Amino acid sequence: MSDQKQPETQEKELICSSRRGFLKATTALTAIALSPSLITKAALQHADERLAAFFEKIPLNIEVNGKAYQMETEPRETLLDFVRERLHLTGTKKGCDHGQCGACTVHVDGIRVNSCLTLAVMQEGKKITTIEGIANGDKLHPMQEAFLKNDGFQCGYCTPGQIMSAIACINEGHANSPTEIREFMSGNICRCGAYPNIVDAIVEVKNGGMKL
Amino acid sequence: MINFDYIRMGSISSAVKALDKFPDAKIIAGGSNLIDLMKRNVMAPTKLIDINPLPLKYIHTTKQGVQIGALALNSQAADHELIKTKYPLLSMAINAGASAQLRNMATFGGNMMQRTRCSYFYDTTMPCNKREPNSGCSALTGINRMHGIFGTSDVCIAVNPSDMNVALVALDAKVILKSAKKERTIAFADFHKLAGDSPQLDNHLQKNEMITDIIIPENQFYNNSYYLKVRDRHSYAFALISVAAGLEMDGQNIKKVRLAMGGVAHKPWRLYDAENFLQGKTASLQNFEEAAKIAMKGAKSYGHNDFKLALAPSSIVEALLKASHLS
Repeated sequence: MSDQKQPETQEKELICSSRRGFLKATTALTAIALSPSLITKAALQHADERLAAFFEKIPLNIEVNGKAYQMETEPRETLLDFVRERLHLTGTKKGCDHGQCGACTVHVDGIRVNSCLTLAVMQEGKKITTIEGIANGDKLHPMQEAFLKNDGFQCGYCTPGQIMSAIACINEGHANSPTEIREFMSGNICRCGAYPNIVDAIVEVKNGGMKL
Repeated sequence: MINFDYIRMGSISSAVKALDKFPDAKIIAGGSNLIDLMKRNVMAPTKLIDINPLPLKYIHTTKQGVQIGALALNSQAADHELIKTKYPLLSMAINAGASAQLRNMATFGGNMMQRTRCSYFYDTTMPCNKREPNSGCSALTGINRMHGIFGTSDVCIAVNPSDMNVALVALDAKVILKSAKKERTIAFADFHKLAGDSPQLDNHLQKNEMITDIIIPENQFYNNSYYLKVRDRHSYAFALISVAAGLEMDGQNIKKVRLAMGGVAHKPWRLYDAENFLQGKTASLQNFEEAAKIAMKGAKSYGHNDFKLALAPSSIVEALLKASHLS
């Protein structure tokens, strides 16, 4: 605990910005420069949209499951859509897409979050772990083993989110009793109702005392 | 989601300058409420200012008490040793809200800015004075089970959904607000506002201001604090009624008391009259029931939420019994 306010280490005016403003200015100039027939032609070929897509993207440096990516992202792209649609890591599920079900749970710098409620562009420099990143080669993560052994799922749709949340629940120190586990796992909904077995799986891993 | 301009700021001074320049921009921190609202087209800002790189993530002791940066995470505070031991009411209230994942995203400043969960506010096909001023209030005669009973107006009966806010108003917190030109400190109780005739505004934050700090003065409530939340399911649901109670006891005598409620008003609702009644009195069921009766003066229900007129006073009594260890 420090008694000092953190100093402002950097006095950068602006770290990053999308280029929509620039786009608006340049399209106006382009419109003046181009003859009407050329504008029509460009519109027919959807050149405007492609141009817009180019200008609206922001560079993104992100590490996912230990692999570094240098990509570009549209500001409105969620982290969930980024890992599923852009990196094709479809283990992370889109359930409600509104932060109510927990199916999209991933770890950002080791902390569990709902990937549907954060933007990819906000993850610059962050380390993301998805369900695809927890096994060690062919060897399953202890939590994956425990879910299998305790039958912690039926249809399996919520399972990636449950497992990511369960690992974090233990790491956060909130898995000391079944009651505490139920409370701190309440952000992950299972419509099949596998809850008792999920709690059993977490208790087993917790009691195993392994570093996760 | 409608696309928007995105800028990421690296310092407080550059962030408030950007707010000055773009008065219609919205700040994004955790994003857990704002992104949801943007997906549903309830809010459609043309520019987002990402303030996550700002150095406002601290929780530390000061001469007055504890100072919490606007970007400190809710989970960070709830698990913080200082908060757990000296300000357990805040820790309990935070853990009563949302889910573990959301508490890992939600910041103090963001939680203060959380919008109402009135279903008509979220439903863009229905009139809502908060979302669209002068369009009408669907909740007044609609399904208003979750709605307010104190300080309501005839144009909006929505409630503030936060648990954290209820604890902060009970703990006499202060808020530091900063703009490019000045900094001001206000009481947390004066941050949020009643709906009045401007339900589109949840609080008194100016467009060119940002929240930088929350200060909680030192108190002696830590042995006798309780946050009671009554809701439709045991966890991960918004409050029908919540009560924050903090007592400073001298034997069975109440030296000092702080009481606030959630789920009942457009702002976290402090129960000043009930506090005044209890001060200097003995902790007893009879006194708690009398305090609850006093707290309920002026309450008004709207049909579906009639039950709150009975649930609220019994919740006040229960929270006081728990805080004073009488139950």
